Amino acid sequence: MKMNGAKILLECLKLEGVDTVFGYPGGTVINLYDELFSFKEIRHILPRHEQAGVHAADGYARATGKVGVAIATSGPGATNTITGIATAYMDSIPMVIITGQVPTALIGNDAFQEADIIGITRPCTKHNFLVKDVKDLALIVKKAFYIARTGRPGPVLIDLPKDVQIATTEFKYPDTVEIRGYKPTIEGHPKQVEKAVSLILAAKRPVIYVGGGVILGNAAEELTTLGRRLETPVTTTLMGLGSFPEEDPLSLGLLGMHGTYYANMAVSNCDLLVAVGARFDDRVTGKIASFAPHAKIIHIDVDPTSIKKNVRVDLPIVGDVKDVLTQILKVLEEQADKLEAFKKAIVPWSEEIEGWKARHPMGYKQAATVIKPQFVIQKLRELSDPDAIVATDVGQHQMWTAQFFKFNRPRTLLSSGGLGTMGYGLPAAMGAQAAFPDRQVIVVCGDGGFQMNLQELATLVQNRLAVKICILNNNFLGMVRQWQELFFDKRYSQTCMELPIDFIKLAEAFGAKGFQATKPDEVESVIKKGFATPGPVIMEFKVAREEKVLPMVPAGASLTEMVLAS
Amino acid sequence: MKHTIAVLVENEFGVLSRVAGLFSGRGFNIDSLSVAPTNDETISRMTIVTRGDEQIMEQITKQLNKLIDVIKVIDFVDGSAIEREMALIKVTAEDESRAEVLRIVDIFRAKIIDVTPRSYTIEATGAPAKIDAILELLRPLGLKELVRTGSVAIGRGAKGWKG
Repeated sequence: MKMNGAKILLECLKLEGVDTVFGYPGGTVINLYDELFSFKEIRHILPRHEQAGVHAADGYARATGKVGVAIATSGPGATNTITGIATAYMDSIPMVIITGQVPTALIGNDAFQEADIIGITRPCTKHNFLVKDVKDLALIVKKAFYIARTGRPGPVLIDLPKDVQIATTEFKYPDTVEIRGYKPTIEGHPKQVEKAVSLILAAKRPVIYVGGGVILGNAAEELTTLGRRLETPVTTTLMGLGSFPEEDPLSLGLLGMHGTYYANMAVSNCDLLVAVGARFDDRVTGKIASFAPHAKIIHIDVDPTSIKKNVRVDLPIVGDVKDVLTQILKVLEEQADKLEAFKKAIVPWSEEIEGWKARHPMGYKQAATVIKPQFVIQKLRELSDPDAIVATDVGQHQMWTAQFFKFNRPRTLLSSGGLGTMGYGLPAAMGAQAAFPDRQVIVVCGDGGFQMNLQELATLVQNRLAVKICILNNNFLGMVRQWQELFFDKRYSQTCMELPIDFIKLAEAFGAKGFQATKPDEVESVIKKGFATPGPVIMEFKVAREEKVLPMVPAGASLTEMVLAS
Repeated sequence: MKHTIAVLVENEFGVLSRVAGLFSGRGFNIDSLSVAPTNDETISRMTIVTRGDEQIMEQITKQLNKLIDVIKVIDFVDGSAIEREMALIKVTAEDESRAEVLRIVDIFRAKIIDVTPRSYTIEATGAPAKIDAILELLRPLGLKELVRTGSVAIGRGAKGWKG
């Protein structure tokens, strides 16, 4: 059937299983929006800023595992998406971003609202496409979704000139796609898998170190089985939280800069580190030279470039984590005797770890008159649904959430780990709520990050997206302030957010509700009221202003050089 | 250490900038880069001369392979490839030096491709070291302009990579 480019794009999205898109209209996508007007199979949500639209698509993708889709017009619409795209790229989130472009005849002429978005996004997308002929459109969309969701996932941008949206052609969606330069490895090399099992069974002090790849690769179940079968402690990165239940006694929680004492001690003293879907980021390793100094390292990752990028690796396995973990479990099954011996051999190691846990458990000093931010996070956990989705912004509250919320399920924490994007939390929560209207979606943010995308309150109210917004308000850009306190002699240069904002009135101005707690004994009632009130709600907590995130490994120090909570 | 890499890529617009952007974005060096379509016009072949230790070279080849438009990467280890480069050299050639320039051209089996009363333009091909050598001899005579193509390389032996 003959149809125009705009209609073809929508048909392709439908065939890719897209049910929700986040987009903002404009001159070069007006034809697309005209088709969308009568296209009922796709729900369109209008954010109040393109950056928020991309973060919402990102939150949608992280919560569902599907490809998130965002639309923006050319020029400023397209450039506003950059932070959202870079955020998704750093965390390997599958997304397709569609931008309008000036008509092909005008490209390169500095036309009104023209930007070379292909050039601009080249280093922050997995791939991008400029559609020059409507006949190529369907295949390009097919390729874009295939690239976005396979291998190491990532954002793919399609730049769609206005005249291509108008031009017509026969529409046929290809069943399959073949890209000769793109062949991700799925299965782990069987020899390497066998060697890995041998290394594991020979270890006396093993640790499993899990990154976001396990969540992206839907391998949390296999990973949990492996950890429990081996009775081996598991530590996760920020992105890996939820891949192994934190309430399991084998969980060591977070490692790295703000990791637990016992996770960092375990990694620093282990003789075998099994890295699964993790990339040895500097926030995880601290000083590379003294990272896991006694350990042999097995590294399982779908992306070959992650392997040996930062640390030496003794045994690499390239492949999809779900497949490789399944292979490992299968080989383990055939070695039941050795497994029993292994479990006996690591008992002293487990006891040593229990000793570290007892010596420096995670904690904070409770106060009678002032609200401790960690206390709010613990109360949120206690009072929220077990399947609640929690988005965070970036900064101190993000680390407190990672340390104290205790994530037990994959895809329940949405956080900008790699890029560290302030302003991410609220729109990401919006995207997750759009995907799961009946689940509880909470965003934890600071007063700083909240203000970076607070305009999305309008989108939440308009679309009845009942996100529960928890603001830990210390009137500071807290994480930078903490660094200034520790490393810059308390010179709080431009980190004090002096203007007292009435967040309750702000909520009301958008037609939402707001509650505030200023004392510890108000925290519980505010959370209960917030959860019980229909629609989006702001819960503001005036917290201890100069509380620090601890433990802390100063940037560039070894993991064992932690500043601990007193 | 110096490495010569052949990169087979989709012959599409923007691919060169993806490759160049990868090198600049990750702080890898490019000593020279040459690119043109192959026998299969949907494929272009780049020859890149770069430098780095073993770990950097591993990252360079892996990162290149990760680009969607890159079809194949060949890192030529020492001696496994034949490398050639061409240079066009405009050199001062007045009374006393005209004969000397001709002698050098002859020794290096180069060619004079343009002549004026005051200059010769020379076409020289060979391994990059040979180009360096002829330049060293010509430089004292007055080098007016120089353009080099950068290396192109092909593997030794009967085996070919079609395209």
